[in-house]
Parts: sequence; structure tokens; C-alpha cells
Amino acid sequence: MPQTRPIKDTSRWPDRMAWLADHSQDPRLRDFYRAGCRPPETPISQVPMVALDFETTGLDPSQHGIVSMGLVPFSYHRIRLPQARHWVLKPRLPLEEESVTIHGITHSDIASAPDLNLVIDDLLQQLAGRLVVVHYRAIERPFLDGALLSRIGEGIEFPVIDTMDLEARLHRQKPPGFMDRLLGRKPVSIRLSAARERLGLPAYKAHNALIDAIATAELLQAQLQHRFSANTPVGKLWR
Amino acid sequence: MEVELIEIRDHMRQFAPFDELPEDALNDIAGHVEIAYFRAGSQILAFGEPIQDLYYVRSGAVEIYRRTGELYNRLEEGGIFGQFGLLQDKSVRFPAKAIEDTLIYCLPEPLFRKLWSNHESFADFVEVEDRSRLRAAMTQAQGDNRMMTAKVRTLITRPPVTAPSIVSIREAAELMTEQGVSSLVLTDPAEDGGLRGENRQRPDYSIVQGIITDRDLRTRVLATGLSPDTPVHEIMSAELFVCEADDFIFEAMLTMLRHNVHHLPVLHKHKPVGVIGLSDIIRHESQSSLFLVSNIHRKHDVRSLKALSADVKATFVRMVNEDANSHMVGSAMAGIGRSFTQRLLELGEEQLGPPPVPYCFLALGSMARDEQLIVTDQDNAMILDDRFDPQAHDAYFLALAKFVSDGLAACGYTYCTGDIMATNTRWRQPLSVWKGYFTDWIEKPRAEALLHSNIFFDLDGIYGETSLTTSLKELIASKASKNARFLAHMARNALNRTPPLGFFRTFVLEEDGQHRKTINLKRRGTAPLSDLIRVHALAVGSRAANSFERLNDVAATQLLPDGVANNLKDALEFISIVRIRHQAQAIEAGKEPSNNIDPEQLSAFERRNLKDAFQILSNAQKFLRHRYGTAAVRPIHNP
Repeated sequence: MPQTRPIKDTSRWPDRMAWLADHSQDPRLRDFYRAGCRPPETPISQVPMVALDFETTGLDPSQHGIVSMGLVPFSYHRIRLPQARHWVLKPRLPLEEESVTIHGITHSDIASAPDLNLVIDDLLQQLAGRLVVVHYRAIERPFLDGALLSRIGEGIEFPVIDTMDLEARLHRQKPPGFMDRLLGRKPVSIRLSAARERLGLPAYKAHNALIDAIATAELLQAQLQHRFSANTPVGKLWR
Repeated sequence: MEVELIEIRDHMRQFAPFDELPEDALNDIAGHVEIAYFRAGSQILAFGEPIQDLYYVRSGAVEIYRRTGELYNRLEEGGIFGQFGLLQDKSVRFPAKAIEDTLIYCLPEPLFRKLWSNHESFADFVEVEDRSRLRAAMTQAQGDNRMMTAKVRTLITRPPVTAPSIVSIREAAELMTEQGVSSLVLTDPAEDGGLRGENRQRPDYSIVQGIITDRDLRTRVLATGLSPDTPVHEIMSAELFVCEADDFIFEAMLTMLRHNVHHLPVLHKHKPVGVIGLSDIIRHESQSSLFLVSNIHRKHDVRSLKALSADVKATFVRMVNEDANSHMVGSAMAGIGRSFTQRLLELGEEQLGPPPVPYCFLALGSMARDEQLIVTDQDNAMILDDRFDPQAHDAYFLALAKFVSDGLAACGYTYCTGDIMATNTRWRQPLSVWKGYFTDWIEKPRAEALLHSNIFFDLDGIYGETSLTTSLKELIASKASKNARFLAHMARNALNRTPPLGFFRTFVLEEDGQHRKTINLKRRGTAPLSDLIRVHALAVGSRAANSFERLNDVAATQLLPDGVANNLKDALEFISIVRIRHQAQAIEAGKEPSNNIDPEQLSAFERRNLKDAFQILSNAQKFLRHRYGTAAVRPIHNP
């Protein structure tokens, strides 16, 4: 089984997903990959999407764990809030004091929370057939990849639209390098809210994984309407 | 509860109508909203497209438009839109556009419906969001009808051909032939600067004195063998009907209908600027009720008049389908009813000979008010000249009254169940007796008696010696306004019938399969409205009979608080038009039209506006009770 790494040529995502569907060992992952992804030329308005946000104990997938996950299915036109999901998880790695205040999740919440193992099924079903949308792609995909690898011995790959990347394309000449990301790591949520503010979106008072997922979905809708169009091929957007 | 839902709930609860909803309803909403983003300048809703959600402005700003593109409303954070379409037929009635970057919460229709059913405050808000809406609905409906919006001046094709009224009939006929016109406007020679001088070319300086038409030349000259050298003013129509260039076409049509004339000089600042004919209006409105009126006047027996009664229904339906307002329909139907009555009186006189003493035939109630509809009975009376001698003359008038009454019944105007008809001796009396009736009603008011004589305060002389009616109207106008006890009794009677305010909640229950109810739009709506308008009109000494005209007279005084007269007009117009439309639908479906409405036939739009209208009526009744002190009124008990 090959180790999962983001592919270079993003137009090959459908092929990659198909190949993974044939080669994955885990039946849950096989189902996920079989649902596949749309061809890169598909207009974005025809692509079902899901905004995904994790709260983690830190920024390094190899050291830190996932505390909560929020997701909300959406499309170019609508964000399907009634179908939104939110899980609080028990991370394998210790919860740092600093994170506690950030996330508003207490140790007792964590103590009674399930391990990711118990929600993998559910999560993959929610993601299957939908294009994942995140704000700052260095978090959710690598963390999920790492979490699955350590639990079922197999990582996960999928294309994502990164709303921070779309902001960066506009506001920076070149994509953010590692240092930029590193520098930008602490104010990730600020970036999301700054980008939202620029596009006339309201500020949310509270934060958790689901609110940020919703905020990300709203941000993408705004970015698409302002800078792209309903007909923009999805291949130009995903990573 | 999840924090993101709290965020949504806490935002919505700041704004009406969500601010009055209980916690669990708000939680329910927060759990069901969908979100959509719209860039500034983008269309959110387009007219006629399907709509499945109520739209809530979470942030940004939205403009709502009329179908015509006119701005209707501007909404900011917390505003809602789309409710009109949801309540009506689930298609967009008012297009919406984002004028800033806008985030919308969409509440799905089943949730909206549930809130509407379960929470009165919510239903009230989405239905009665805006007091001006009823008017907006009326204006909108009228805007679709060119007759209602186009001015008479648009029909004028050439300046009027005029001549001083002292020219001979021959000269007049020559001028008409030369100019190729079917009517000639006659001017006052005193104002025409000596007729044949240079002012001849400047009719602006002349004052209209009369008009003659081709038909006059035929019927008044050729048929009578009058000399062509007779001055034309001897044959011109003595009573001149005119219209103003700025009148609406429908007003000109009503004048023609009412007086059965086919040409109207058009004035502007008292000067003739043109003549419009029946044909001009018929060209404008291809299937005019004027056709029917002129047809009625051409029939020669009851049998052929009766054959026209099917056309009455057809005309009614046509006007409704052409979006005529209730004033147009009511006036046209009254004009048609008057024409039947007039023609029957003419035929009656042909049979019975000329009347032994002058008389005036009275229309009462809805016909007098120009508010007649398709389902109507006949209410009429006769005022006879004071020289009337019952022994010598009454056999004639009874026979005439019976001829007319039977004829009207044959033509679809059923006999009055209260026996208010000229066939009843009591209502076929000389002027002096009539004056006694009215003096009695006004100066010695008794609730019971007034209840039955209400209808006599809506009177119109439609045939014969109409000056007899005028003197009665003068008497009423001068006595009624001064008599507080009379007004108090009239006011109390006007409160007997109340609007069905609780009706709409009941309606919701009825959807659950409970027993069915109907609502009588006349008894619970238009009748109590015209009753209370009549009281105010009597109080201000108005001589008008039509409810809208009465309200104009009332509005010119300080009697009602600002805006109330206009609200009453809107309410009357709306209830009337719903009644009218449902009658038209019944006719088209081959059913018998009635005043009863099955609530299931009401559209949400009608329900909503009816609710507004009934509320206006209810408030007006409260005001009436207070204003005329009806609580203090007791029936008179003579010792």
C-alpha cells in the first residue's frame, strides 16, 4: 500500500481516487474512494461540497491530536445547516493548557468523548462524494491522514479547496511558503475572519469546529461569487 | 444545544417577528436554516420563479421590487422577504436583489408554514407587515388596467368642431358634413366674439353650451319635420354632460353609462379641446359595458330585454377579467340596472299612456350607490307630484310599477323580499308624504324603524321628474347632520353586523378536517362598511350616494382621524373586489354566483388582505360607537 502524499498534478485527482478505490485495504476507505470526485472540468456550481474544520491540540499532525470536528455539506448556492455534524473527540495525545482556552472544550468534555475510531465510519460517509473545503489545507487533510494511519494502518488522500489558498492567490503574488504558513499559524482564525470581513461576511462571536466550517463554506461562496463564477472548472480550485 | 445554532437563534431573536417567538420555536428555526451568500448587485429572487424558503437577511442589504421594476422595499439585517410568494402560490411575487454583499438565512417552507400556523404574532407579521400593503395591492391591480390609468386626452384625435348656438340647423349640418364629424359642439354666442369673426378659428375663447349629434338631426329634425332654418340651440341637448381632459377614461365611460349619451365634449380649463364618442371608448376597451347599455335602450319588449340578461353576466365577467376595480364594476352594473329600469318605464308608458301627473322613479340601495353587483334584488320606489290624487291616478302608477317590477324580475333582478318596491303603496307616494317619512325617521328615530329604512338614505332619481328626488336629498342633508339622536341610532344599527375577525384562525383549523364554514362577504364586509360610511356621510351633510364619494366628502371634514377615510376606501375596495372576483369565477364555472365564500377558495393573498380589511372595518366600528355615543341610545318607549 503506497503512502499517501498530495499529488502534484491536480488534474489527475479523479484517476488517483479511482486507483485508490482499487488498492485500498480498508473497506470504509474503499467506499469513500469509490464515491470518487468529479472531473476537473466540472463547473463548480455542479459540485457537491463539504466544509470541514478540526480543532487540534496543536499544529503538527505527528505530535498533536484532533479534539473536535465539524462539517457542513454545501453547494455553490446553499449551505445545508440541518445536515451539519459536530463531534468532540478524545485525542491520543495530551491536551495542552493553551488549547483549552482557545477551543472552549474542557478536559471533562474530552474525557467523556469517543475516540476517532468510533466515528470514522460516519465521517467518511459524510465526506464521500463531496469535495472537501477547508481554510488552510495544512491542518484537516494531514491530521485526518495521520489519525487514520495510526488507527487503521492506512492514510487518506482527497482533493481539497483551500479558501486560504484562494485568498493567497489574490493577495499574494506567490502561494504561501512554509514560513508564511508557520508565521500565519497562530492567527489562522483571524485570517478566516479577515477574509470574511473583506467579502462582507459577518463576524461570528463564538468559535468551534462547526462554526468555523460554516464560516469557511460561507467564505467560499463569497469568493466564488466575487472572483470566480458558477462555471469555473473545479480543477482550477482544488489542491 | 450547539453553539452555532445559538449564534443563529440569538441573531434572529433580536428582530420581528422572531422576537415574539418562544425559545423552542427559535431553536427549531435555528436547526433548520440554510445559508446562502449573494454578492452585491446579484439577483436573489426573480419574478415568477419557484420559491421554497423565507429569506432572512443575516447581514448586508436587499432591495425588493415590484413586478414592474419599481422599488418596493429596502431591507437590512434582520429583514425578511419571500413571504408573499410563500403565502400565495410558491412563486416569487416581488423580485429581490442584493445591494450589498449579503448573507441570507433560508427558512424552508414547511417550517415557515408551521410558524404561520402555530404563532399568531408570526402570522400577523408576515401577513400584516405593512399597513400600506393593502393599498399597494389595490394600486397594483389597477395599474394593470389601461382604462384605469389612461386619460381622456389620449383619445382626442382632433380639435372640436364648434359653432355658435344661434346658427341654423342647416348651417350646422353643412359644417358637420364638411368637417366629417358626427357631433358639433355649440358655443355661447355671447362668449364667441360675434360668431363669424376671427374668433371662429379660436374656439379656446368660447364656452360650451351644448352639443348636437347625427342622431339629434335624425330624431329631432327629420323625424319631426322641423324646419332646417330653426336655430340649432332649439334642438341641442339641454342637459350637457362633459368630461375633463385629465379625467380617466373609465370616468368618461361612467358618465356615458350613467346618462346614456354617446358623445362627450372634452374640456380643459373650461374650454373645449375635443369630443370623444362611444366608439372611441369601445375602440379602447373592445368589449365595453356601454354596448350593453345601448342595446338595452334599443329593445322593444320585455322578452327581448330578458334575452339580454345573459349579456349582463358576460359583461360582468369581462370587466372582472380586465381587472376593473370595484367602482367601475359597481357603476357599470348599476348603469346597466338603471338602463333596464328606464327602458321598462318607457315601454310601460308606451303601453299605459303618459303619466297623469309627473313622477320620479327612485333607485334605492346598491343601485343608487353605484355599487351594484351581479347578485341583486330590486329596491325601488316612486315619488309622485303633490297633485297626485289616489282615486284618479293610483291605478296608473300601480300598473306602471307592476310592469317595471315584473320586467326587472324577468331580467334577473329578483323581487325585494322586504317589499321595498314601487308596487308597495307605502313606497308609491307624493313628495309631501315622502318628506313626512324622512322627517319622521330623522326627528323621531326608532332603532327598529330605521333598521328597515336604512336603504332609503341611499336614493337616486333615475327616471322622470328627478327634481322631486333632489328636494328629498336636500331635506335629508339639512336635517340629518343636526340630529344627534338620529345619527346615534343609525350608528348603532351600523354595528349590528361585524367582520369575521376570528375567521382566519378558524380557517387554519379547518385544514385539519373540521366542519366547513363559509363567510358572507356582503353581510360581514361590504354591507357593514357602507352602513358606517353612510352614517358619517349623513353626519357631514353629504349628498353623495356612492360610498367612495361619500368618503371623499367625509375626508374633507375633520370628522375622521387622518388617513382613516383612505383606509376605509381600501378596505371597501378590497372586500368588494374579492366578492366580485368570486362571483365572476362562479359564473365562469357555470355555478350560481353568491355572496358566500368558501374559505378554501381564498388565495393566501386574498386571506391576508381580507384580514387587513376586516381589521380596518372593526376599528372603524369601534370609532363609530365612540363618536356617536351609541351606548347612550335606548329605544323609545312611549308611556
